[in-house]
Formats: sequence, structure tokens, C-alpha cells
Amino acid sequence: MRSNRTGSFEHSTGGQSIRRWRSGGAAVSAALLFVGLLPSAAAPEKHLAVYSTAANYSLPIVQRQGHEYIGLLELLDPLGTVSAKSDPPHWRIHYNNILGEFTIGHTHARVQGRDADLAGKFLMENGRGFVPLASLGSLLPRFLGGPATLHQESGRLFIGNIATHFTASVPPEDPSHLVFRFTAPVNPSVATEPGKLRMTFSREPVTAPASPTLTFGSKTIPEATYSESNSSAQITVNTTIPLIASFSHDGRTITLAPVKSENAAATTGTPVTGPATPPASAPVQTPTGSAAPVPQNSAAAQPPAPRPSSSAARRYFAVVDASHGGNDRGEALSSTLAEKDVTVAFARRLRQELENRGISTLVLRDSDATVSIDDRAFYANTTHAAVYVALHAASNGHGVRLYTALLPHSGEDDRGPFHSWTTAQSSSIPLSQAAAASVAAELKNHQVAVRTLTAPLRPLNNVVTAAIAVEVAPAGSDVSQLMSPDYQQLVAVAVANGIADMRAQLGAAP
Amino acid sequence: MIPRHLFIAISVLLLAVLGMSFYAWRMRGRAAAGPAVSLDSRPVGPPVAGNTEQVTLFVAYDDSGVLLAQSARIPLPSVRQQRAEELLRSLLALYLDKASPHPLPQGSDVRSVYLVDPGLAVIDINAAFADGHRSGVLSEELTVASLIETLSANLPGILRVKILVEGKQRDTLAGHADLSGFFDVSAVNQLSTQLESSQ
Repeated sequence: MRSNRTGSFEHSTGGQSIRRWRSGGAAVSAALLFVGLLPSAAAPEKHLAVYSTAANYSLPIVQRQGHEYIGLLELLDPLGTVSAKSDPPHWRIHYNNILGEFTIGHTHARVQGRDADLAGKFLMENGRGFVPLASLGSLLPRFLGGPATLHQESGRLFIGNIATHFTASVPPEDPSHLVFRFTAPVNPSVATEPGKLRMTFSREPVTAPASPTLTFGSKTIPEATYSESNSSAQITVNTTIPLIASFSHDGRTITLAPVKSENAAATTGTPVTGPATPPASAPVQTPTGSAAPVPQNSAAAQPPAPRPSSSAARRYFAVVDASHGGNDRGEALSSTLAEKDVTVAFARRLRQELENRGISTLVLRDSDATVSIDDRAFYANTTHAAVYVALHAASNGHGVRLYTALLPHSGEDDRGPFHSWTTAQSSSIPLSQAAAASVAAELKNHQVAVRTLTAPLRPLNNVVTAAIAVEVAPAGSDVSQLMSPDYQQLVAVAVANGIADMRAQLGAAP
Repeated sequence: MIPRHLFIAISVLLLAVLGMSFYAWRMRGRAAAGPAVSLDSRPVGPPVAGNTEQVTLFVAYDDSGVLLAQSARIPLPSVRQQRAEELLRSLLALYLDKASPHPLPQGSDVRSVYLVDPGLAVIDINAAFADGHRSGVLSEELTVASLIETLSANLPGILRVKILVEGKQRDTLAGHADLSGFFDVSAVNQLSTQLESSQ
């Protein structure tokens, strides 16, 4: 990677009066900058944690004009070849072969000749271009050609499909244990205090489960909560007994187990740090410095997870797509409820249910980001998932409607290995219909009204694997039911069961 | 020292620039504060005179989410293209009625229907139709299927249908139903069969 941060600052100078004005202006600017920096110097510096396949890194967030800004060159630098050129009021940045053009004070930029909304004014300081933090969710995909999900409140940015998901469960055979399974190795710092065990993930792109509060129905470990702040994610486990954490599966599994009586007194009130590189079944250092015993009860620590029969090579078995998002609100379900909010909540819940059944799941939109239809199809196809599930919500009708693609008329035929984009789904239609039938059967089993239809609904026709859309309408006449956890859970469980029932058939598909 | 005549010329130009800026700013504010462009609310009913003919309209019902064929007698011109337009306007008249089973926004209209051999029909609806249409997969596909089925059932030989909005291609009707491609009439026929029942 190579970057050129030395921009040119060639100004065409005018007469003496103009130079005088400039020097006066510079003095005023310096004074304003100094005044502007005073409060920020007092406040703790906020950072943006960036997670990507290329690198994980952190950048300072600056406050300007009451908004949060980030240096665009610094942000893109670790991800590829970047160069920038300053020619006030214009600023140009080249990322690989993509050109971005910005103008000081403008709320729009041009990336590859197309307009991009910045959600605020572009700023330049000492030749460095700053864009509003809020614009990254829509701006970065233009440069990177992939999704970028911003958690603005906590200062976390996920580039590409990098998120690490997790499930948590109490093994029925041993309710005193709590097992966390992550989709990638993790290495949190672990701290305990009376009644709580806290795991902080500052380096890993851990993301929220379906619900921020997980309940387990266990007397000793009643619940755990997920939260994000200060560029990190935290899982706080409420417990009535002292717990100790152990790592296994190369850091993909963390098992919390009761501390043996002799160590119990020592495990409260002091932070504990997990191993730098957690080996399989590695012990965690306790405050006393002694290694706590690792639970050898493999049944409790590693309950067998069901596996797809022939999809071991797939990174994600299912792709769940929360339709709409960002500028696209979908249907206005009520004066306060937009379809895009229902779909993302339902998507998180469905992911949890699928992963509880051992089905690795990618949620395409896990925040309020704008994702184009073509991009959704692109990600569904490039992940080589076995099934794609698009989620919609509607205020009219009752129950759930399941859709498979109504293929458009296409004048193009597939040519060898290349599929026509508009009818890419054609060879997977039977599998999609079988998946829809399986989900419909499960919904009926759960007493949910269901219809199965075809629909001219993109990107179903652009997806090369089994693809269905689930449109959830309220069971009754109350639209607010769409956000009801009970109703969402009921539908999510049925959909997850339907897909799990089809696992062998879906996994066998090429 | 700047020559006097140059100083005067620059001053006059600056005043002109300021004046034009103020004028443009006022005009912009007035345009923003002005009333929105009213929707086209021309009547879309068919002509009441002339010979009537028996036709089949495919009518959408939102409450049960079904598409049902129903017979109607409407006056139709002899020219095929005009017949297509009157057919769809008769359908829209149902949807714009107070007791509509599938309400469409006021001012909804079919601007034109173009019949292109072999077997292609292009339906051009107006902006009021699409901009105010209720969003939702089922709601939008009921509208699309209703238009296509009504047209193909009464004008044999239509194999493909394209829907435009104000003469231009649009991605979706109201966020869901894909309008970017050509509808295969045989596939829409199958959809129509599915939509006959609410189960």
C-alpha cells in the first residue's frame, strides 16, 4: 500500500490588499480554531474503530461545527492505494482507481462521476479532507464497492461482511454453565464484579444479537446484555454466583462456569484479562494469578452443534436481507413505524434463531444503511450461501406471505457459465419453492396464517441460490404488533425451523 | 492606483451581481413557499356514448388480497390501441371510486398504451399513479397483475408487457414491484391463478 499525503497548495495570489486580507483571515481562522479546540481538549478524544478484512485500526474523530468528522484519507489508507490532491476549494482523492471529488462547504461529493450525499459539509484543514462521520455508511461503499456499516453512537465501522456474530445458551444438562459461540475467534478482556461478569471486545467486530438482552431461564445466570460504547462491544452477564471464563475452539467458544469454592472469593471486584491468543480450552488468569481450572465437562462446554450435511465449505449457510434502509424507508406502516425498522429488527431475531439451530447466518443490513438492490444480490451471490431470505413488512392483510421470484421476460440466455442477470434465479426456482413450502408448513404449525405466491420482487430474480421473501403482516389489525417481540419471535422460530428442515436439501445445492 | 473608470465599472458590476443574487434568492424562496403542483385530477372514466361490449376486468381486493375476474359492459372504440387504453381506464375508474376495493391515489391515470408487434404492450401510467401508490409487495403486485391480466385477457396476442411512468422506466412501482423488466404474460397468468384465492 502506498499513499501520497502531500497535497499541492498552489494558490494564485492577487494584490497586496488581498494578501493582507488573507493574513488577517488566517489569524481569525487560527483564533477560531484555537477557540474551537478548547472544549475538545477538555473532553476525552473519541475514536472510530474500523474493522475490515485488510486491517483493524482506530482513528480519532474530530468535532467541527457541532458534528463529528473523520479524515477520509486516513480512513482509506490502510485499505488500499490512496492519494489525495488539494486545490482549494476542491479536494480530490484517488482510492485504487476510484476518484472522489469534494468541495469545501458542499454537502455533496462526486465519486466516480456520481453524486454522493455527505449528510453535512465537507471540511478541509491543512490539506486534509474531513467528511461527516454520518456519511460513511453511504460514502464508503462508493469507494470500496462493498457494504460499510456504521455504528455511529459507539464509534464502530464494519467494512464488508466482517461482523462476528454470537449465540449464547445454557446447556440443558448443566444450567450453571453459559456457553457463548462466536463465528470468529475472539479475545475479550474479562472483568468481574459482584453479580456481574463483563467481557469487553475492543479489537473484534462483535455485533449485537437479535435482542440486546438475552434471557436464559437459569436461576444462577438469569440474563446477559449486549451494549456498545467507546469503540468497543460489551457483554455483561448477570449472575448470582462467581463465574470464570474459559476459551475453546481457537477462541470461538467461551464457556462461563461457576468458580470452585477455593477461588470464589478471589474472582470478585478485579478486572481479568483474557489470553492474548486463546488456545483451545485455555484457562483464564484469575486475580490471584493462579490458573483457574478449565471445565472438563465437554458436554457442558461444547454441546454438539448440528451441521449442514454438505456445506462445510460455506462461510454462511443463510443470508438474511433486511429490506429497505437508509433513505429507503419502505412502507410507512404507521405515523411512527417504517418498514425498514421492522425488517432489521426481524432480521436480527431470525439470525439468532438460525444460529441457535447451527445455521451460520449473515445479515446483509444490520443498521440503517442504504444498500442498493444490485448490491444485495451481489453479496448474496458472492457469499455462496445456500439460501437467501429477504424480509419485508406490510400493514395490509394478516399473517405472513412468502414469495418466490416471478421471473421477468428475458431476451438473454445463459451463456456457458454466465447467467443472465435478470433471470439468474431460474435454475434455483424449484429449490426456492421447496424452501417456501417448508417455511409455510412450519408457519401453519405455529398457527400463523400464510400464503405462498410469486412476485416481481428484486433481487429474488438476481440470486443464483434458493431465494425467498418473507412479508410479515400483523396477525390482527394492530400494526404495532409488527414490533412485538413475541410476534417476531413466533415468526422467526417458524421461518428458522422451515429452513432448518430443508438444511440437507439446501446444503446439497451447488 | 486603480483608474477611476475601472473602479466605476467594477462597482457597477458588483452592484449588478448583488442585485441579481438578491433577486434569485427571493425567487427561490417564493418558489419554495408556493403551493405544490396540483395533481392531475382529470376524470378517467370511459366515454359514456357508443356501443358497449362485454369485457373481463381483473379486479384487486385489498381486504382479502385476491384478484378476481369480473365481467363488465363498457363502450369501446374500434382501434386496438384505444381499446387498450379505455379498458385500463375502466379498471382505474373502479379503483378511484369511493367504494374502491383497491384504492389508487386521486389523479391516477393511464397516459397511453402502446401495442408493438410482436406481442409487446407498453403501459404508460402517470406520476400520480406511481407516486401515491400504497407501498407493499402484495399491494403493488395486485395492481400490476390487475393491469396486465385485464389487458391480455381482452386483447389476445399480448405476450410481454412493459410498464413506464410518465414515459420513463422506473425501478419499482412503490418500492417493491419491479418495473425495470418486461413482464412475461404467461408468468403473470400463473400469478393471477395464485391470487384468486386468499389461502
